[in-house]
Amino acid sequence: MTSPSQPIIELRDVNKWFGAFHVLKDVTLEVAKGERVVVCGPSGSGKSTMIRCINRLEEHQGGRIVVDGVELADDVKAIEAVRRRVGMVFQSFNLFPHLTVLENLTLAPVRVAGVAPKDAEATAMALLERVRIPEQAGKFPGQLSGGQQQRVAIARALCLKPAVMLFDEPTSALDPEMVGEVLDVMSGLAAEGMTMICVTHEMGFARAVADTMVFMDEGRIVEVAPPAQFFDHPANERTKRFLGKIIGH
Amino acid sequence: MNPSSWIKANLFNSPVNSLLTVLALALLGQVVPPLVDWAVVRASWGPGDPETCRRAGGACWTLLTEKHRLMLFGVYPYDQHWRPLLAMALFVALLAVSANRRFWRPWLGGAWLLTVVVIGILMWGGVLGLVPVETSQWGGLPLTLVIAVLAIAMAFPFSILLALGRRSELPAIKALSVGYIELVRGVPLVSVLFMASVMFPLFLPEGITIDKVLRALVGMTLFTAAYLAEAVRGGLQAIPKGQFEAADALGLSYWQGMRLIVLPQALRLVIPPIVNQFITCFKDTSLVTIVGLYDLLAATKAALNDPGWRPFFVEGYLAAAAVYFCFCFFMSRYSQWLERELAKGTR
Repeated sequence: MTSPSQPIIELRDVNKWFGAFHVLKDVTLEVAKGERVVVCGPSGSGKSTMIRCINRLEEHQGGRIVVDGVELADDVKAIEAVRRRVGMVFQSFNLFPHLTVLENLTLAPVRVAGVAPKDAEATAMALLERVRIPEQAGKFPGQLSGGQQQRVAIARALCLKPAVMLFDEPTSALDPEMVGEVLDVMSGLAAEGMTMICVTHEMGFARAVADTMVFMDEGRIVEVAPPAQFFDHPANERTKRFLGKIIGH
Repeated sequence: MNPSSWIKANLFNSPVNSLLTVLALALLGQVVPPLVDWAVVRASWGPGDPETCRRAGGACWTLLTEKHRLMLFGVYPYDQHWRPLLAMALFVALLAVSANRRFWRPWLGGAWLLTVVVIGILMWGGVLGLVPVETSQWGGLPLTLVIAVLAIAMAFPFSILLALGRRSELPAIKALSVGYIELVRGVPLVSVLFMASVMFPLFLPEGITIDKVLRALVGMTLFTAAYLAEAVRGGLQAIPKGQFEAADALGLSYWQGMRLIVLPQALRLVIPPIVNQFITCFKDTSLVTIVGLYDLLAATKAALNDPGWRPFFVEGYLAAAAVYFCFCFFMSRYSQWLERELAKGTR
């Protein structure tokens, strides 16, 4: 465990290449416990890759990443330990289609954390209440709407009681009318003090929820600022241009 | 819908279809009556000898009455036939239990092991007062079942390891799997069986022999596994990357992710080619005759060696074909049912 003064996530001079393509360039970022970070930037700027490095879905090639006091290296056990402490929500939900909603939620607690099935089910039902779809527990993911699936995915990520939640464009694959229900759940989590890093283009959500805005472009972190300053007085030209485009003055 | 309108809608709904219907009926009229005449009306039933059949002039089902024990059990000692019969019944019971999804529990593996041991004791004997019977005397349907069922049961898990190995990021494991699959797929089954049965013993030290049935069984297993592995790999490739990532992100280990997330989905997708391979394996057991084993087909052939019965080979082969068909048809229907069963609720 980390002491309160230490960051729960620390990226220092992280570099990564996909073949010859330099996707992350000297990325340095600290996230404190309870901090809510929203990452934005044009597509291909390395936002998703950065947060996928935090739970080692992608391997970084230079620099250091320390999560909750564990440095990510080749040690498989350490990686699995970090993944248990870090929940992740994907753009395309990635629920397990052959398992029911409830089974999706209890799988990791029972198999990974060794929780008794009864307790895991109780936790899962409580989380389904929280994302407001307890009545869907016995259904298969394919029978739910996109918004419902993403809420189940959030509940699944919460089942291991993670210290950090990563959101990788959680609303980008949703029909517009379903975006709200997912953002509501995320706002609720933020209000409870969950440490979270969200990659998203939902600027309204970002302004309301974020403690820190991070803008990335071409593999670099270009600007880090509190939302008020970020949206109203961006310091960097590229940030201004990007905000101009997506907010559409 | 009443019969006449059904006929109109399905058989005479266009000039071409009307013509095809008439032609088909004419063909059936040519074929069916002589067939019924041969197979039923003039057929010879019940006990008798070749002379009975010749006098009757039709199908000689008498052959089956007289020779079915030789066809079914080969040269297994006649007074001990109850043992392979019981072994077959155990096999069928085991398969029936395994086919039921409710019994897909860890104990099923133990049940398989136990049944195979019991079948082995029954067939070999030598303990519990059973007369010992050499494997060279095993034959007929029990031999076919022993080789087919055990080859499939062993090849299946092996093929999953091969398929996972072929997709592995570890170069040595990947190279081994690719090399194995390509090598085995590159040669005919007959040569694999020859290798297992003729060449392999040459490499063993003096005095050590491995049972002939076991060698054929290993040959069949290794061969079938290579083909099955490619079918399984097809399923693995159809699973979206997101499923692997979600399993990783939840902290599941590689084997947990494979066992709980990826394989259940991948195997369901490739039930048709997998069952295809099972059926092929079952029928290919008839090739073990080239290494001197008397499977169902070879035993049938042996029964027809009797000079008097030789003219009635058609009846003998028809009977053997019917047995093969029963097993293969069951596998085919079962796989269709299983596909529907596993698809329930999803999508």
